[in-house]
Amino acid sequence: MEHIELFFKAIFIDNMVFATFLGMCSYLAVSKKVSTAVGLGAAVIFVMAITVPLNWLLDQYILQEGALSWLGEEYATYDLSFLSFIMFIATIATMVQLVEIIVEKFAPDLYNSLGIFLPLIAVNCAILGGSLFMQSREIETIGLAFNYGVSSGIGFFLAILAIAAIREKIRYSNVPAPLRGLGITFIITGLMAIGFMSFGGMLTGGDEKPAELETAQVEVVKEATKIANNEKELKEE
Amino acid sequence: MGLLSKKDLKLITDPLADNNPITIQVLGICSALAITAELKASIVMSIAVLFVMGLGNLTISLMRNIIPPKIRIIVQLIVVATLVIIVDLVLKAFAYELSKTLSVFVGLIITNCIIMGRFEAFALANGPIRSFIDGIGNALGYALILVIVGFFRELLGSGTLLGFKVLGDPIEKTGVYAFGYENNGFMLLAPMALITVGIIIWVQRSRNEALIEDN
Repeated sequence: MEHIELFFKAIFIDNMVFATFLGMCSYLAVSKKVSTAVGLGAAVIFVMAITVPLNWLLDQYILQEGALSWLGEEYATYDLSFLSFIMFIATIATMVQLVEIIVEKFAPDLYNSLGIFLPLIAVNCAILGGSLFMQSREIETIGLAFNYGVSSGIGFFLAILAIAAIREKIRYSNVPAPLRGLGITFIITGLMAIGFMSFGGMLTGGDEKPAELETAQVEVVKEATKIANNEKELKEE
Repeated sequence: MGLLSKKDLKLITDPLADNNPITIQVLGICSALAITAELKASIVMSIAVLFVMGLGNLTISLMRNIIPPKIRIIVQLIVVATLVIIVDLVLKAFAYELSKTLSVFVGLIITNCIIMGRFEAFALANGPIRSFIDGIGNALGYALILVIVGFFRELLGSGTLLGFKVLGDPIEKTGVYAFGYENNGFMLLAPMALITVGIIIWVQRSRNEALIEDN
């Protein structure tokens, strides 16, 4: 149950692109054609599935306060969490390089289709963001961390696939000249993000208490939704 | 500006308008959008990026001849990550509330594409002083957009600027609220950041036709 909840939450409610704006750069740059978008999306799922559990292990056994206690009593008070940025990004960069070498050796077909996207991924904010959110949300088991990695990757995949399809279609439309290209993509993404907000209530229904949302940004969003709802109610009255 | 030659000055002015990192080069969007619901957060983020970009460009440029090309991405990431840790610790020490608001987005400066993009495109090929100026220029261009977006979102969304109630008090109905004005809570929501940037792009490109791209 926990797994299913996390899965849907990461794909729809906390969608990497639409809710937290992570991975925007590659989302905008590589979404001109559906085929390349699929390649990048698949590569992101792949890399996130590896790096999030790996960084979870690092966080749990090296970085967190008291995590070093397995080394012996005298290390129990160490808190290395200020090193997490550098450890996470080093892990990601190394893993991307390793994955690239392994895939090239054992699955040349896959390498040809993912090929150029793998190095790009090292600097994709969605990947680092996945690890940082994993840390700040205090995900409990490695299974859940793996689940979170895969489902966030799927969320990114869906987003980039959708925008690529729309951009392929919009090429035949008469967009106002200054908005062509980047401008209209921004506005469409904004509209899609509004659409994705409607998933927000999906997991808060029922008897369970709504999961606590940590990031301040989400709180702002919540507040604003409340205001909007109040206004709506007022109008209806 | 007697200190800077014309060519160097161009490195600062170009990214502010016709070569803006956000609206033209499409770099660094991620963090630009997520934290602009308040003007204060936008300004702090801009300062953080200014610091990281200036020093990062300088460092990479100083090391450009000794970095092996094959592992340059890892080297660049380590340099940025170190600078970002400094920023993060300073924020936590002197502006704890704000660092909570920015949450993971300070960490995400590491993968801010502006920084990697400028390292690749400029610092690896130019001397330290010019790289430093280029870093500052691009960070200012980034800051400009962030501040504009933050200004409009905070003003229209909550009727305040930097926390001051410039439009009057919505509960006691003073200022413009006396005439029935309402805050547009929608501006605080994440999607409006995208649409605001879209509108900035629209305005900029209709003023300068050379920037218009194909569909």
